[in-house]
Amino acid sequence: MKIVFVGHVDHGKSTLIGRVLEETGSLPEGKIEALRAACKAEDRQFEYAFVLDALAEEQQQNVTIDTTQIHFRTAKRSYTIIDAPGHEEFLKNMITGAASADAAVMVIAADEGAREQSRRHGKLLSLLGIRKVIVAVNKMDLVNYSESAFRRIRAEYGAFLEQLGINARSFVPVSARTGANVAKNTEPAMRWFHGPTVLHAIDEFEPPETVAHQPLRFPVQDVYRMENRRVLAGRIESGTLRVGDQLLFSPHHKTARVATIERWPASSEESASAGESIGITLRDHIFIERGHVASHEADAPIESNRVHAHVFWIGTEPLRVGERYRLKLVTQNVECEVVSVGNVIDAATLDAEPAGHAELRANEVGEVTLQTRAPLVLDNHERVPALGRFVLADANNLLGGGVISGALYTASNAVKSDNIFWSESEITAERRARRNQHRGAVIWLTGLSGAGKSTIARALEKELFQLSMHTYVLDGDNLRHGLNANLGFAPDDRAENIRRVSEVAKLMADAGIVVITSFISPYRNDRARARAIALQSGAEFVEIFVEAPLAVCEQRDPKGLYQKARAGKLKGLTGIDAPYEAPEDPEILVRTHEQTAAESVDQILSQLLPRLRLSGS
Amino acid sequence: MTQRHSNLDALENNSVFILREAHHAFRNMAMPWSMGKDSNVLLWLSLKAFFGKVPYPLLHIDTTYEFPEMLEFREWAIKQYGINVIVKVNTEARARGIGYETHDPVTVTHELKTVALKQAIAQHKWDALITGIRRDEDPTRAKERYFSPRDADSEWHYKHQPPQFWAQFAIKNAPGEHVRVQPLLDWTEVDIWRYIQREQIPIPQLYFARGGKRYRSLGCRPITHPVSSNATTIEVIIAELEATRSSERAGRAQDHYEPHAMQKLRAKGFM
Repeated sequence: MKIVFVGHVDHGKSTLIGRVLEETGSLPEGKIEALRAACKAEDRQFEYAFVLDALAEEQQQNVTIDTTQIHFRTAKRSYTIIDAPGHEEFLKNMITGAASADAAVMVIAADEGAREQSRRHGKLLSLLGIRKVIVAVNKMDLVNYSESAFRRIRAEYGAFLEQLGINARSFVPVSARTGANVAKNTEPAMRWFHGPTVLHAIDEFEPPETVAHQPLRFPVQDVYRMENRRVLAGRIESGTLRVGDQLLFSPHHKTARVATIERWPASSEESASAGESIGITLRDHIFIERGHVASHEADAPIESNRVHAHVFWIGTEPLRVGERYRLKLVTQNVECEVVSVGNVIDAATLDAEPAGHAELRANEVGEVTLQTRAPLVLDNHERVPALGRFVLADANNLLGGGVISGALYTASNAVKSDNIFWSESEITAERRARRNQHRGAVIWLTGLSGAGKSTIARALEKELFQLSMHTYVLDGDNLRHGLNANLGFAPDDRAENIRRVSEVAKLMADAGIVVITSFISPYRNDRARARAIALQSGAEFVEIFVEAPLAVCEQRDPKGLYQKARAGKLKGLTGIDAPYEAPEDPEILVRTHEQTAAESVDQILSQLLPRLRLSGS
Repeated sequence: MTQRHSNLDALENNSVFILREAHHAFRNMAMPWSMGKDSNVLLWLSLKAFFGKVPYPLLHIDTTYEFPEMLEFREWAIKQYGINVIVKVNTEARARGIGYETHDPVTVTHELKTVALKQAIAQHKWDALITGIRRDEDPTRAKERYFSPRDADSEWHYKHQPPQFWAQFAIKNAPGEHVRVQPLLDWTEVDIWRYIQREQIPIPQLYFARGGKRYRSLGCRPITHPVSSNATTIEVIIAELEATRSSERAGRAQDHYEPHAMQKLRAKGFM
């Protein structure tokens, strides 16, 4: 298990690590004695922090010692401490190293309490998705082992961590200097404390492998052809799969049953779970390749082409809006473009950068929005860590890492009959796109009635048509005359209406058409699902928020709906007595009360056309 | 399941994952194979990763100073596992008279192993090599990565290594460069033995004691010395290892010929 020690400068991280190494017998024989002798010769008081200094010094003289990976072992298991604190590049290493940390020990001095860095380090842990944290309240000897001082820090800092979504497993009062509560509660003045010592608390962290009960995620690493069988090889990142399970493969939403679990030498075991590198064969013949993720339908991951993440950057060149990178998430590898950067924090000083900072330099952490060129299968980090983090890279190097949070899960609709098989066309979306000279896409307009969706949709269709593109408008009213004639305006009916529209739009986009949909589509969840459905066809999905204030829409009232609603003759009109959940992050935003329809269409075209071009052209 | 086994499972699963990533990333990869215990664990893991059919060739650098038992083992394994083994000898150096009879061990090791390896890489144009090195073997191996790029002279720039995290590896592959793939990095010597024991992996008999001596590490015959041991079974070997503090490669003369010998050998492309 990998552990990172964090905390404010001089709160005693090094001393605590020195003690932990000593108490677990992890130091080379004679090391402490030699240091004690050296201190005595120089007339200095021996401190445990010198242990790390001594190791670091040896490292400088000789490349052979690596203080960025210090090992110790308890009776229960072995640990790696990531990086020695006090190190010049501590935070940089902490970020790249802590990316792989399983747990953290936060050190807070009892006499000073939580300070600025204690809070910022806590924030960093939260950004990096590290949730297993214990707090060592150090230097208890300086406050006469006062229980009330300990309780005060526990209450204050515990509340702070809770705000960040971190539930500290335990707070331990310690004196790293005397060794009290590091391995044993040796201090008579701390008999009031009955909780675990630091080493016990660390041993109580559940191991990272216990993810067998989580949702199944099996990212396909490769497909091997063995005689006449095709074996899907990969490592189960979470959950459990069994022979006979119905699996859902994302993206593209194909289903198939597990025929066999493959191992060498052959084994009769009929299930496999998190951590296992195995192979499977399927009962149904469907096309699967590296990057597909298998799950169970009831608990599927998210499919999106827009990703919000906390990104830390280590590239020499800054991450900038508009730049393109490779995004790698388990075995997926897609091109992405940076849409926005915000809330940047310098990881070296932990200073917040001024607002409007549109790039991320080396050792900075920020909130980044990315648009991917192909659908991405992901989870929120707190739900499935392995699917909730990714790296950004160029052709040669990893440049940064991201942790995903806040993405919306939408119900994926199970195929109800067992007798439906996937038909694989030899004419792929890619071949259609090459002939058409543009990709299929779903252009999703959303906004209040009267905001200008229909006007913009028609004008956009005309422009695209004149550019020799294949395009078609799906309009709310028109669909309600036929396909959706049996649906009303109750929330369930609205959701079903949008689901049907999404499926039709997906098929049209798959056929190579640039489909423009014009629906109020007031619910965020429905739009997220429309996105996921569209992405199954490998098409682009572009959400356009057609914005105008309610008062303006009401004044325009092209269909007289607002007037009816105000008169009580129409129930459930969005904006009047039904909610509209505005997009938080649409690909394109047009404000029709500030610009003409023609200006809006121009703006949309300039942002849209580059997305519809073929890769590499 | 005991804690010990779950640790071996974790190591095995991670190594298999790395082998498959490497096989996907590199078109033309080979696996040097010395028939030693680590090499045989690597072969076993390759069989696991690819369900019994190793998709890349194995390379045996034959120094011409091999133990006869090792050569017998080689021929047995080729038949047993259906593997493709390429045997490489630096015939040019041998023709020049390079040998332990007349030269120091660092020179001979360099010529017959490192140079032979470079010749094989040049001849077969491999873009990646799978090696069995472990972090605990030697201090210079502590900073290694799972995927470690080497330049055209096989040199290792340990201070400018790309970071690797979240199972994502930087894969640089300029012409003439190759990448060392190192799936056993996290394993210790004891892990290797426990795994051999658990999986019943066939290994050469030289590792087991005969007449109070056994080989802990195997290299060229003239410069590889047995250690005192009565270990005739893996159980006893593990018990002995847990009791000792001396280094695994203490019996390998080329490491100790001069100060920092290992560091110099490694910077020149030794594995």
